[in-house]
Amino acid sequence: MKTSHDPGHLLIVDDNRVNRLLLTRALEQHGHQVETAENGKIAMDMLRADPFDVILLDIDMPVMDGFEVLEALLKDDELRDLPVVMTSASDELDRVVKCIEMGAEDYLVKPLNPVLLRARINASLEKKRLRDEQRKLFRTFATPEVADQLLKEGFSLGGKHVTASVMFTDIRSFTTLSEKQDPADTIEMLNDYFALMFDAITANHGTVNQMEGDGLMAIFGAPAYHEEHRTHAVNAALEMVELIKSFNEQRTMQNKSEIKIGIGIATGKVIAGYTGTQHRATYTCVGDTVNLASRIESHTKVVGKPILIDKYTRDGLTDEVLVDDLGEVTFKGKIQAINIFAVK
Amino acid sequence: MPIIDHATFEELKQMSGEDFINELIDTFIEDAPTMIAEMKSALEGDDADTFRRAAHSMKSNAATFGANELAELAKELEILGKDNKLNETGDSLKSMEEAYASAKEELEALKSA
Repeated sequence: MKTSHDPGHLLIVDDNRVNRLLLTRALEQHGHQVETAENGKIAMDMLRADPFDVILLDIDMPVMDGFEVLEALLKDDELRDLPVVMTSASDELDRVVKCIEMGAEDYLVKPLNPVLLRARINASLEKKRLRDEQRKLFRTFATPEVADQLLKEGFSLGGKHVTASVMFTDIRSFTTLSEKQDPADTIEMLNDYFALMFDAITANHGTVNQMEGDGLMAIFGAPAYHEEHRTHAVNAALEMVELIKSFNEQRTMQNKSEIKIGIGIATGKVIAGYTGTQHRATYTCVGDTVNLASRIESHTKVVGKPILIDKYTRDGLTDEVLVDDLGEVTFKGKIQAINIFAVK
Repeated sequence: MPIIDHATFEELKQMSGEDFINELIDTFIEDAPTMIAEMKSALEGDDADTFRRAAHSMKSNAATFGANELAELAKELEILGKDNKLNETGDSLKSMEEAYASAKEELEALKSA
């Protein structure tokens, strides 16, 4: 595989000068960029200052030994996935086993075998590359907060009850709009629109869980709980409306029709978690609050206001946010009437 | 037992590059006296851990160059240090020193012109 021979940025940690020099020269011959540290403490400082692809780690070192480095790496969210190859004498394999249990990827026995050295480093670089890609993929499709949670806690299906604000958004008269314009234009417009909405939502600590057609569902206050989730949701909504205004100015200049959006926000208990299979799953939430947010969003069409929220969301806002009390509305399928507010 | 194992040394040369083998030999010869001195003073001060660590470094470097006899002697001393039995070293340190002197001589001769 071509990619496995791409040069990497490697860190050699060894208190023995001969070992450091030999590994440096050998790996430089393979085209890698190599740096060295003579103990674990220096290594940790270097790792926190610069991105590395693979660490070659000695066990027995003064100041901070290999075990302590592995422990420190595990505790560091940014460094825990970095592949570590232990370099050890042939008579300390029992200690290597302990290192592997502590998260080391692989090991090399000193004196080094050049063929094994090359193979193990390339394998570790490949692992690093795959992990980086996975991280990038998570961040593209799962939003940074979900990606962080996945990377930190691992993936498991199953949900929990959380209090959060749920937001639904869609484009008004999208069907009419898409009938009038070229399909390619519609897709381009949707991409621009989603990019803008994503920006506003993630900038305000929200997580986009669903995109369907021109609709978008986002959650605030989960997976990471935040006390201000109601304010975050409303701020995101206000930003979205502002962004659409400038988006429309741009479209008018290009002789394209304007778009209007409707946003509905409801706050309450939701069941949030990963749904799907081990191979394909999304972070989502379900429950009455979710249904309510969806109904409130539809109600924006009825009252002609872009942002509508329920009373519980309203109660979490400061006086700086101006709202109109629209009174109680009984939604289809709901027994209790809900007090609705329009955000100005 | 040859002082320097030919196959190991050739492999090392291949790995480090022909140009670099001299620098590697020099580094070993520069650092070894410190390791021996550390072992001696650790023996006097009954500091088993320092003794073990220095013997470990000597063993590791000797093995790298294929100085197998030196590596064996250093390893025995490392184990005594690990087991906290510095009183049992006897003449071993002296033998190791002699083995080092021979290895040094041979390595100097093996340097690339």
